[in-house]
Amino acid sequence: MPDLKLLEAPPSDAERDAIDAVVGVEADAGNRVARRDRHRRQLLLPALRAAQRRVGWVTPGALGYASRRLDVPPAEAYGVATFYALLSLEERPAEVLHVCTDLACRLAGAEVPEGAHPSPCLGLCELAPASLRTVAGEEPREIQLPETRLPVDGDRLLKGFPAGEALARARDLGPEGVMDAIEQAGLLGRGGAAFPTAAKWRAVAQQPARPHYLVCNADESEPGTFKDRVLMEEQPGAIVEAIAIAMLATGCEKGYVYIRAEYPLAQERMAAAIAASGHDIELRIGAGAYVCGEETALFQSIEGYRGEPRAKPPFPVEVGLFGKPTVVNNVETLVNVPHILLGDARPTRLFCLSGNVARPGLYERELGTPLRELLDDAGAEPPQAVLLGGAAGTFLGPDELDIALDFKVTLGSGVVMVFGEKADLRGAIHSIADFFREESCGQCVPCRIGTVRQVEALERDDRPVLKELAQVMRDASICGLGQTAASAVQSGLALL
Amino acid sequence: MIEITIDGDTVEVPAGSTILDAARERGIDTPTLCYGETLTPVNVCRVCVVEVEGARTLVPACSRKAEDGMVVHTDSERVRTSRRLVLELLGSATDLSTAPEALAYIERYDAHPERLGAPPPPAPKLDNELYMRDYSKCILCYKCVEACGVDHQNTFAIAVAGRGFEARISTEFDVTLPESACVYCGNCIAVCPTGALMPTSEYELRAAGEWREQEQTETDTICPYCGVGCTLTLHTQDGEIVKVSSPDDHDVTRGNLCIKGRFGYTFVKPRP
Repeated sequence: MPDLKLLEAPPSDAERDAIDAVVGVEADAGNRVARRDRHRRQLLLPALRAAQRRVGWVTPGALGYASRRLDVPPAEAYGVATFYALLSLEERPAEVLHVCTDLACRLAGAEVPEGAHPSPCLGLCELAPASLRTVAGEEPREIQLPETRLPVDGDRLLKGFPAGEALARARDLGPEGVMDAIEQAGLLGRGGAAFPTAAKWRAVAQQPARPHYLVCNADESEPGTFKDRVLMEEQPGAIVEAIAIAMLATGCEKGYVYIRAEYPLAQERMAAAIAASGHDIELRIGAGAYVCGEETALFQSIEGYRGEPRAKPPFPVEVGLFGKPTVVNNVETLVNVPHILLGDARPTRLFCLSGNVARPGLYERELGTPLRELLDDAGAEPPQAVLLGGAAGTFLGPDELDIALDFKVTLGSGVVMVFGEKADLRGAIHSIADFFREESCGQCVPCRIGTVRQVEALERDDRPVLKELAQVMRDASICGLGQTAASAVQSGLALL
Repeated sequence: MIEITIDGDTVEVPAGSTILDAARERGIDTPTLCYGETLTPVNVCRVCVVEVEGARTLVPACSRKAEDGMVVHTDSERVRTSRRLVLELLGSATDLSTAPEALAYIERYDAHPERLGAPPPPAPKLDNELYMRDYSKCILCYKCVEACGVDHQNTFAIAVAGRGFEARISTEFDVTLPESACVYCGNCIAVCPTGALMPTSEYELRAAGEWREQEQTETDTICPYCGVGCTLTLHTQDGEIVKVSSPDDHDVTRGNLCIKGRFGYTFVKPRP
């Protein structure tokens, strides 16, 4: 990187200290970037987050200082900062209330008070209506509201296992033995794509390039999904042990856990579990971007770039984080691993029940459970529609509910959201279209402009244009966000 | 060598070739907007998408590597539909009046952007003496960012900022070019496919209705300034230099110049 032209605005002492706490105290190198500060772009998002958490927003002084310390051109740092919804490039109060206006919270009558910011799904759907209060200052903090939690009930993933036993078993089995066990159990990914976990692991394990990385995708942002949050809050030790096993099996030198910014309690508990484990695992926090749940966008985000998905192929198992072979697994996928090694290979899934149900919450059930049974267990109102898989999923009508919940249907991330007979289904469909417009990264044309035109066509109920947009977004978008941006809208409209 | 089938014909291409390379080998004219011979493919405009048998979605020809045995369709109904809609989406959000390639594709695919929306009004930004930037004409192809960055200039004055429909090319905090790291090499202008970036001289002639491209002569010469010896292409109209470029396929410049080569020509004929 050549010498950079930098912003002239100086950081305040508080901002400098906050950024130094992330990137280390500045080495004395005169006007030049210290040698040890070069190629450290991957600390850009943590540095920007630290500055905002200290003073409430990302000032030109803070952006300039972070740019200089990390040898990032200011224009690029600005591009990164403006990518994330939770970072503000304009002055705002130290305390901000983000009120969820997404699907489940809409059904619960969410309202945005004067001065508060509307927010996409905060992943507290079982406790709707929900919000997040961010407080900047010397002791910055984020508070999820409500702070209460529902008791969890599950006899496998949610129950846990004696700490250390699964890792010890993995050491006995060795990498091949672990992968054989996972393959025999037929574990499929729980993040939405249902890819065979053992195949992914083997692909990374056999790559000659080094190092190998493991990324635990905990950027759970699919509207209606809260399973990974609950797992992280309830079973952080199990997740860390699962990561250690996966790293052992696939020969990963280093692990990352990427948690969305909206989950402070999960972050706190995962940080504690990681620290207690002694494994080389780094915690990274997002800053408000649904698209960063897409695996390659997540790499970009960790590396200090805009969270724009990469073209695939090459796939992450070959060219992933920092260009190295990378295993990316969802939290729930990983938590299955220790149980399988300890002999419990039952294929359970976590279902996120919300909406018009008497008993919302997380339900651990075996794959193949009839949807009706799950709805009865949760005390669902007679539905006019059930949304499976979240905003990227599908609406089912009342006559489509006699199905078994297995991988043949769009389970996605396990969302089961009930829309009762009085629910505003049309409003929900509009809300989903708005969501994709807001969350598109803006990189490819079908998604950047298509999601906007979809909102407009929906407003004038132009079904032929909506269908055309659905086709071009599905066929020609770069990533899963654009490819699924019309899925729920189309299936929902069919029910109106 | 790799053997692939394109539109029913078998083509042999060297390993590492893209589908676009193979299509060109066969003489198939594949539309591209964000693709540039001298730039890293970003595959964002999606106008080059083709159908690959066995793939769930269409794939960008400009960046997808050809694989042995691949069966590609470049003109199926599905491909034509996506290309048409991509062009309609672009035209509904962008003023393409100075984007000759895009306009030609719109005609070729019988696209009607107006049914999806009207482009924004012109918004020329003139914050320096050499460039005009009008982002109402920007299709966000990333070419200028690549040219300003590691692909060519390594100046990093501009980047993509914002997200989604609000994404835009910007300096840090949208400061003016003179306040930014810009060195006025004009290599961003050279790669811009839509006229969103233009030399001020061209912009002013166009505004006055005096830009007559078909009457212009292009003459190659060598830059008189330093010893690198860049080839300059002088665009002249009515005996006046109105623009300077350099050929993309030139070994030394690959289309790039510096501020002197691109803008330092007024000494040739003093203005009255």
